[in-house]
Amino acid sequence: MAYQDDIALMAHLMRRAGFGARRDELEARVAKGYEATVEELIHPETQPPVDVYTLLRYHPAALLPGGQPPMGNVNYMYHLVNTKRPLEEKVALFWHHVFATGNSKVDNYDQLLLQINLFRERGMGDYRALLVELARNPTMLFWLDNNENHGTAVNENWGRELLELFSLGVGSYTEKDVREASRAFTGWTFETKIPRLPYGRFPWKFEYRAEDHDDGEKEFLGHRGRFNGEDIINIVVEQPACARFVCRHLYNFFVADEPQVPAWSIESPSDPKAIDTLTATFRESHYDIRSVLRVLFNSSFFKNARFQHMKSPAEVVVGSLRLVGGYEMPRPGYGDLSMQPSYMGQDLLNPPSVEGWHTGQEWINSGSLMARINFVAQLVGDPSLPGVRAIIDRLKAKGTLSPEQLVDGCLDLLGPVEVGADTRRELVDQAKEWGQISWDREVSAQTADKRVGEMLQLIVATREYQFA
Amino acid sequence: MAATQKDPVLVVVQLSGGNDYLNTVIPYNNPLYRDNRPAVGIPDAQVLPIDKNYAFHPAMAPLKKVWDEGKLAILHGTGYTNSPRSHFRSMDIWHTCEPDKVGTEGWLGRVAREYDPNKENVITVVSFGPSLFRALAVPGVPVACVAGPLEKYGFLPTVQERELRLKVLDRFARMYAPVVGSGVMEYLGTTGLDSLKGADVLKVAPQRYASTVKYPDTPIARKLQGIAQVHLAGLGSRIFYCDHGSFDTHAGQNPGHGTLWSAVAEGLDAFMMDLRQHDHADNVLVLLFSEFGRRVHDNGSGTDHGAAGPAFVLGDKVKGGHYGDYPSLKAEHLVQGDLNPSMDFRSIYSTILEKWLKVSSKPIVGRAFEQLAFLN
Repeated sequence: MAYQDDIALMAHLMRRAGFGARRDELEARVAKGYEATVEELIHPETQPPVDVYTLLRYHPAALLPGGQPPMGNVNYMYHLVNTKRPLEEKVALFWHHVFATGNSKVDNYDQLLLQINLFRERGMGDYRALLVELARNPTMLFWLDNNENHGTAVNENWGRELLELFSLGVGSYTEKDVREASRAFTGWTFETKIPRLPYGRFPWKFEYRAEDHDDGEKEFLGHRGRFNGEDIINIVVEQPACARFVCRHLYNFFVADEPQVPAWSIESPSDPKAIDTLTATFRESHYDIRSVLRVLFNSSFFKNARFQHMKSPAEVVVGSLRLVGGYEMPRPGYGDLSMQPSYMGQDLLNPPSVEGWHTGQEWINSGSLMARINFVAQLVGDPSLPGVRAIIDRLKAKGTLSPEQLVDGCLDLLGPVEVGADTRRELVDQAKEWGQISWDREVSAQTADKRVGEMLQLIVATREYQFA
Repeated sequence: MAATQKDPVLVVVQLSGGNDYLNTVIPYNNPLYRDNRPAVGIPDAQVLPIDKNYAFHPAMAPLKKVWDEGKLAILHGTGYTNSPRSHFRSMDIWHTCEPDKVGTEGWLGRVAREYDPNKENVITVVSFGPSLFRALAVPGVPVACVAGPLEKYGFLPTVQERELRLKVLDRFARMYAPVVGSGVMEYLGTTGLDSLKGADVLKVAPQRYASTVKYPDTPIARKLQGIAQVHLAGLGSRIFYCDHGSFDTHAGQNPGHGTLWSAVAEGLDAFMMDLRQHDHADNVLVLLFSEFGRRVHDNGSGTDHGAAGPAFVLGDKVKGGHYGDYPSLKAEHLVQGDLNPSMDFRSIYSTILEKWLKVSSKPIVGRAFEQLAFLN
């Protein structure tokens, strides 16, 4: 069973560091080795990028999608489904959760996609540099009104969220620090936007206006000086609270669900030692996210955290589409497909507010649960899809299947998924009603295909399947 | 279901995308209307005058009929100050009653919690649309979300064979049975069973339904027919929600806007006729709203995002007429080229809450607002 354990562990890694993987990919990765796979994942540049030109041939409007869904979503979904750099996309999604910026105000998917691109390119590097880039990102500047932050009239929106939501967390700074940080970012703005219509499809550009910058002395987190924005970030990243905050976010997203972020100043981490390990790496590596992720994925607390994380709608949709296959090309209906996460409560590129999405259990309500189960069931119940066919073919190769073999085979190939004894009993009881299945004759083969599809649907409807 | 058959029921029809005020309730005798609408104006010969100042869009003939019967209230200049002109944000504001900060709870979800705090009826709220509308979302409040045909509503619609379906859903129920221990598994269990129960209850609606009324073949008419089916089945549902769109007519407004309105108006006509034939119309109130109105001056083929818009309330108990003032079209009164809202949308909600749904409005909309006279 050692090999089976390796498969299960690799499946866990790929669910968390990516969006899952089919069995043939898992086998190839097990052959390559766990640590080698982690190295490949944290070095996405070793893998080819997504071929955007294919997307644009079919959906030219996905290049500069404007403010209307679903073209921005189409562009994003195409990347998520096709990426050969799963961790690069997962990390970009992680920062999208943390640095939550939404189309509700930005009203411009071009800019939001550019921000996602920033997360792809810089998300696994130096966190300090990422924050500086974020502070210069026109989408963010507009989202948090820093273009309205003037030397003579301070707007605290960006300054506050930088500290509260992007780096330190509530309780690690004073109102005065917010004020002083905001002063330091006066003059950080972007070129005047050209009206979008009819000709204004130009990207926004960062601009520093020295004449609008408050160059006076500031007192920030115990430091004193004529600070500019970058100085503030330099002070922020040195705070012990910063390492903890970022690592707790990484733990919550990649390892196991924690309480919602606003509770972090009151509730301590569920695994303080794990957070200590990550924060030590964060500091020693000078805020290198890649180094932290290497430690994280190779740690035993990660390996032991299987199914401790409620799948986000993005994980549900993208994971399913990658599993069943056939959705690599932007075929008709891709627009609605790309909106599926929003039907389950996660409108990508449009989080409800700068606080981002509430995750874990809060993904689930009566509407979203039915939406997610039915979406996945409809896919896995369709034997014409290549990934479903691959599952059937692997089961078929085993010959005649007893009810237990059918259930265990399906659980295995969908994950492996771990279910409770009660759940397994229900699945087996259902399979018993069908008796043995086999593919030895054409008629029985058709029935067998159908039974596998039905069993897969029943499995994705379980509570256990909602976790990754 | 123990619910009294004549409990008040609210049906919300959301006109998504931003419905154009000027071409919906047309100030056809105002020269500024003609000045501002060189490209997408409705010609005098086509408008449906409702009085000497205003006319309906020609596609709204069935609503003109309701107006003539005195059962349609026009709520003028609805909106709120500092209209953001973003679809999403504006819709959020209408859904959560929070114009200044981001709200998390939907106003109708709060009503449902008020009506049924112990979740005795999991289909107090029934929504017909692709996802859970934020107006209905409150943690712990079950909402039945019907995305497709009512007949197919439920878990695993692709498992169709009757026998197998019954068995599979039975297993689903057992797999979601209460567990001791982990809070999240327990929560998933309750949510799953609530939805399953909702689907089970709703399933009888199409079976019990018989009607001679023919609905048009449009998405909104299908949704309204679904609402009629559930309402007529007497399952105790109190709040229904559906949407139609997109009213985001930046380009090609003529004839697009008309097509949208004929679907809504004809759908509502069939719906009300259906309810009346079954003597189930008098306890139903329909609210139509859109997240914002559109720019006063057209852009050559359509109109861009604006601010104030009209809302409508109709039903057998409604006192028809104009409520509030049509905002001025004079250039000096416009805000960034848009009609300045003259009525806070929460006034409409408060009136419906107090006078129709009979719940205290303040905890739901945040504070006291003027009560309007379209209901007694």
